[in-house]
Amino acid sequence: MNTAVLITILATSVAAGAPVIYATVGEIFAERSGILNLGVEGMMLMGAVTGFIVAVKTGNPWAGVMAGMLAGGLLSLIHAFLTITLHADQVVSGLALTIFGAGLSSFVGQNYVGVQGPQFAPIHIPVLTDLPVLGPLLFNYDVLVYLSILLVPLAAYFIHHTRPGLHLRAVGEDPTTADVMGVSVARTRYIYTFVGGLLAGLGGAALSLAYTPGWTEGMSGGRGWIAIALVIFAFWEPWRAMVGAYLFGGVQALQFNLQAVGITIPTYYLNMLPYLFTILVLVFATGERMKRHLGAPAALGIPYIRGER
Amino acid sequence: MTESNVQQSDIAVEMRDIVKRFPGVIANDHVTFIAKRGEIHALLGENGAGKSTLMNVLAGLYAPEEGEIFINGRKMTFHSPRDAIEAGVGMVHQHFRLVPTLTVVENVVLGLDEPRFKLNLEEATQKIEALAEQYGLKITPDAFIWQLSVGEQQRVEIIKALYRGAQILILDEPTAVLTPQETVELFSTLRSMAAKGHTIIFISHKLDEVTAISDRVTVLRAGKVVAVVEAKDVTKEKLAELMVGRPVIFRLEKPEVAPGQEVLRAEDLHALNNKGLPALKGVSFTVRAHEIVGVAGVSGNGQAELSEALYGLRPLQKGKIYLNGQNITKAPTREIIRQGVAQVPEDRHKEGSIGDMDLAENLILKNYRQPPISRGPVISWKYVFDFAKTLIRRFDVKAPGIHTRARLLSGGNLQKLILARELSSDPALIIAMHPTQGLDVGATESVRELLLQERSKGAAILLISEDLDEVMQLSDRILVIYEGEIMGEVPADRADRNEIGLMMAGARQETLNHHETVAA
Repeated sequence: MNTAVLITILATSVAAGAPVIYATVGEIFAERSGILNLGVEGMMLMGAVTGFIVAVKTGNPWAGVMAGMLAGGLLSLIHAFLTITLHADQVVSGLALTIFGAGLSSFVGQNYVGVQGPQFAPIHIPVLTDLPVLGPLLFNYDVLVYLSILLVPLAAYFIHHTRPGLHLRAVGEDPTTADVMGVSVARTRYIYTFVGGLLAGLGGAALSLAYTPGWTEGMSGGRGWIAIALVIFAFWEPWRAMVGAYLFGGVQALQFNLQAVGITIPTYYLNMLPYLFTILVLVFATGERMKRHLGAPAALGIPYIRGER
Repeated sequence: MTESNVQQSDIAVEMRDIVKRFPGVIANDHVTFIAKRGEIHALLGENGAGKSTLMNVLAGLYAPEEGEIFINGRKMTFHSPRDAIEAGVGMVHQHFRLVPTLTVVENVVLGLDEPRFKLNLEEATQKIEALAEQYGLKITPDAFIWQLSVGEQQRVEIIKALYRGAQILILDEPTAVLTPQETVELFSTLRSMAAKGHTIIFISHKLDEVTAISDRVTVLRAGKVVAVVEAKDVTKEKLAELMVGRPVIFRLEKPEVAPGQEVLRAEDLHALNNKGLPALKGVSFTVRAHEIVGVAGVSGNGQAELSEALYGLRPLQKGKIYLNGQNITKAPTREIIRQGVAQVPEDRHKEGSIGDMDLAENLILKNYRQPPISRGPVISWKYVFDFAKTLIRRFDVKAPGIHTRARLLSGGNLQKLILARELSSDPALIIAMHPTQGLDVGATESVRELLLQERSKGAAILLISEDLDEVMQLSDRILVIYEGEIMGEVPADRADRNEIGLMMAGARQETLNHHETVAA
């Protein structure tokens, strides 16, 4: 394998990782507040289709990004209402959201399959992009990739070093205590479930407007589920989520490039790789978690009802 | 009782004619409560007397239906704990309000309005250290809560209240979870706080503590104030009578019964604890019929593992257990129950009962498989309900009915429910672990009486307790356990507190200077 191929694989990993970073960090926020939202896949699909349609209609990809986020966010509010206000089962509600999002996105997107639309192209930075090796590796991405890299430290800082971040963690770990200390559990959970939806929608828009421009039915291809798995791999930490997303991107990049270098494995097996990788990652992450006594937010998935003993 | 002549300006807290109702009960029935600045005021009463309710009203958790609250002479209406905190009232709840995965500092600043966005933990740490220094509270600000002992967690709760500027500190049963040493430390902290002008309100049902620490005592019974007294003017016996409403016997009647045949024989038991470290290192003893054998020791020296091993819940590495001469070492728990072993577990909520099941269901957890309760797979509920009603009456479990969920019972009533289930099968051996922990005087008395009755009836009883008085009062023989080994054995009628205390701290009986040899 020569250097050129290696660089391509690494660069593709980063590009492929971006949509997953958005979705994973979004789910980290939701789960940190104690809300398990299994609707990520549905929210990504709605984000992708809405983002693409609005971008086509307005000719402005940024309008598409906004619309995609909003679509994901709105969908997450359904989940928030069901689970926070009505105390519905989070697993069932999340699954319903995914099925709903998948169906609705293919319905509204049926006339847009194969349509050409605006997209975020890699930014050409004079001098830097033209550098050998470093250029294609570091300075040849579209703006959404850079934003995804920026999101990670911001999210990590927010969770660990700010007052709202502290309240977020407290609500997910021990809602009763948070409530007694004057933190509104319902409000906090609504906010971060919504943030999770916005970011999942953004992840979807990053697919349809940048990574694989255009709309095809079910184009997220399980990335929403992978994001949920990566949250566990990441121990609910944004930095580790980024590592996980790039590993996932790397496996995907490998899948394309193995063929390029002439290794012939049936595509079915190659297509399985990212998912196989996800399962392996979960196995190892769980083992390590047991060793280090790291756990999910203690109140994850449990409705909070004030005054219940 | 003498109503102390209190100067108006000295009053920190005045609650006047407070009424708080819950469905079916009046928890506080026109309660008037006054605490002076700089005093330690004990609020004494049995479980369910309304102590915690009254203080939850003062802490802003409950809104009273009637009555007024004055803090430093100003009338207050609290809509939430936040309002109470702003008025200088802080409460340390019985179940701590701390997030285990956060650090001490993070817990202390949780819920505060300042800082707006960026957490300035260094500044908070300094402030916490200053407070800790001032009040003599040992604390590690950057430790996680889950790393701390219960006593340390309690100090964090106190710091949390002080950090918010609490002038009035309410502590709900603060010593229930502490070791004797930690209790001593807590008391010295409370005294220093009172000396600095804080008002301490101390909820308790332990008479020794109340007389030891408080300046004045308000006694509640069934939601009403029955007395307000100066602590130095009353005896323990008088307080007990005020609290319970009748004279209380501190010395139990222990009938003379000759021990019978050997029921339990444990030989050289070895077992590991949950962390995989040796917890029992060669424990041997016997218990005979008509006999209570007490196991004294500081908690965490292998008592829990011993109880579990005997009950078939913990595998033995080595050793043998015989019940009535039969080897039950490897028998599963179901078989051990069938052989007539009853257990009063350490944690009555987690191990002793199923909170979301009703009383009738909880009462048949052990014999639901047997006729006449069930025939084949079908449970005869008609029989169960009659059975449950009889037991609840016989063991005096106070509950609205047999369909009440077990989690709604108070500690004392839940313990009686567990005893009802365990004793209804006339067990040959009873393993009772901390049977009266956290219970009030009345409930403690009835639990102890029940155990003595079983002894008279012929049961062999292994009593594992941290309460040395209890062990000395009830037992016929006392074993002392330390780090998984039996340090020695003394007959109860010749038991010496000092000697037992030394063994509890790890001294072997052989090495102690005494002239009597102890009958085996």
